[in-house]
Amino acid sequence: MTSPAAPSRHLSGEAASPGLLAGRIIVERASSAGSRQAGRPDEEAGALRTAIAEAIEALSTLIAESEGEAAEILSFQVAMLEDESLSEEAFEAIGGGTPADRAWRDALDAQIADYAAADDSYFRARSADLKDLRDRVLRALSGEGDDAAQVPPGAILLAEDITPSRFLAQDWAGRGIALEAGSASSHVAMLARARGVPMVLGLGPVPKEEQGTALLDGESGILILRPDAAERKAFEERLSRQVEEARTFERLLRQPAATADGEPVKVMLNLATPDELDQLDPAICDGIGLVRSEFLFYGRERLPDEEEQLAAYGKILRWAGERPVIIRTLDAGGDKPIPGLTEEGESNPFLGKRGIRLSLAKPEVFTVQLRALLRASVHGRLKIMLPMVALPEEVEEARRLLEEAAAALTEAGVAIGSPALGIMIEVPATALTLDRFRIDFASIGSNDLIQYTMAAARDSSGLGPLQRPDAPAVLRLIAEAVETGRAQGIEVSLCGDAGGDPKAIPHLLGTGLRALSMAPPAVGRAKAAIAGWWRGDHG
Amino acid sequence: MQSDDGEMTTASVLMTHAVGLHARPSVKLTQLAKTFSAKIDLALAAEGPWIDAKSIVKVMRTKAPQDTVLHFRASGDDASAALAALVALVEGDFEADVGGEAA
Repeated sequence: MTSPAAPSRHLSGEAASPGLLAGRIIVERASSAGSRQAGRPDEEAGALRTAIAEAIEALSTLIAESEGEAAEILSFQVAMLEDESLSEEAFEAIGGGTPADRAWRDALDAQIADYAAADDSYFRARSADLKDLRDRVLRALSGEGDDAAQVPPGAILLAEDITPSRFLAQDWAGRGIALEAGSASSHVAMLARARGVPMVLGLGPVPKEEQGTALLDGESGILILRPDAAERKAFEERLSRQVEEARTFERLLRQPAATADGEPVKVMLNLATPDELDQLDPAICDGIGLVRSEFLFYGRERLPDEEEQLAAYGKILRWAGERPVIIRTLDAGGDKPIPGLTEEGESNPFLGKRGIRLSLAKPEVFTVQLRALLRASVHGRLKIMLPMVALPEEVEEARRLLEEAAAALTEAGVAIGSPALGIMIEVPATALTLDRFRIDFASIGSNDLIQYTMAAARDSSGLGPLQRPDAPAVLRLIAEAVETGRAQGIEVSLCGDAGGDPKAIPHLLGTGLRALSMAPPAVGRAKAAIAGWWRGDHG
Repeated sequence: MQSDDGEMTTASVLMTHAVGLHARPSVKLTQLAKTFSAKIDLALAAEGPWIDAKSIVKVMRTKAPQDTVLHFRASGDDASAALAALVALVEGDFEADVGGEAA
């Protein structure tokens, strides 16, 4: 059984997105400028010219694969790189003896700072484009290539951490992700779960030269490097058992969920983008429990206008038909900055101007969204949900803006419906005082409720036990909110990641929750977990 | 408006584009300017400072918001044609296709 090659190595981390994958490792390294050897000024100037040319070529390849707004943004970046005015200061510094990487970084940093200080939020946001260009050229200079290299099907990406934009830059079907750092509550992990991409993180340092086949276990959070024959065989057996299990989930998928003692439980879907609906059958759910409207605001040159938002919301409502759809108003800030909209330089963005706080501070942006939602509400059963609510006054202020928007639309002769208004329960203050809020419904955002209850940032790794949904304090807050909701006749559901986690589901049902919203791939497995629970069983 | 001032031709136009001289408008403007051999400058005031209208880096640096009057001046063989084309682009809210290539 032993081979002359190095023995297998088990790396233990955190399971961030379920699934098993045996595949080739693709190592991706972040740029570490400053590690290169500097040459004479003419060599350095040549190196910078080559690096800029490489960056332009890489961007041009990306443009060919992109369309619409993405292609326009990339074309702008190419135009900037092709303009010698961008690099003239760098070449001057190189002539004075500065190494190419430092000269380029300094020249770009000065221009980035200039944009960052602009009065106009649009021009402030362009500093992100320049940072992108700065880093792309730095990577080319240090010979580390383009970090957006595509991971081929069947392969496992190994990186320290990856950004949401990196994740969104490619198709992940049939691929896996292993991270040295990262957090299961990060948006990349949420995206991985939503798309069914196996992901393990918090593995710690992995040797850079690692290659060959590895086994990625998104169930128990393990990455096996250089697996031996016995390990491969055991892995394959688990894979075939999973296929078997998947058949069970498939059978339960279109049936209404119920506990072992027959109590019905509503199962709803969390949506990151309306495109996800194209492959989904409405029959698998009792509605949409969370639409993250941020999808409309990300990676763009301008904020989406009313018509664009209306089209996106309308599509979701028409898909759902008679089923209710909860659309959350823009939840920017925290770990989801939107250039030109969210506050920059907050010392603690999770405790800063995010969610409803930001919307109320920017009524001109919020009102566009409210108008689009009011107009979309004629297409189905819309429920508008406000994120990060901590005080009843915030709901009242939002209601005032909603009523103003409704009055203006009605006066203009535009058809609108009468959507329900509710809140997210993410802040412990809200869970404890739900009776003081005038609302039609509430939904628990377990990821944020955990982070604010346990004082454990959702994007930190290594805080495992502090980030569990079954922490007694978290369960007690959930039970309190569910109880209050029942007494007041307000439906309380849960739309955090815990809602689709078969290990957390028994605990959640134990608090009295009977409505869970989850990523679409989790539905079959969650319905199986619900069917295995009965009152009195607390996991 | 266009006027001949010796060898220099000048023109000015009010930019009403909803977002100002942003990325896409700047790409179109500089692409169009580059199709002419004339030396073309741009300024936000009649007295300057003037910057090279063929450099997107410099055009973006003006950070011109909506309702800014853009001033152009040009010298060279096709100076008049260049300014007419640039003014038409700004007046048309940067919607025109430039050089047959989508920006």
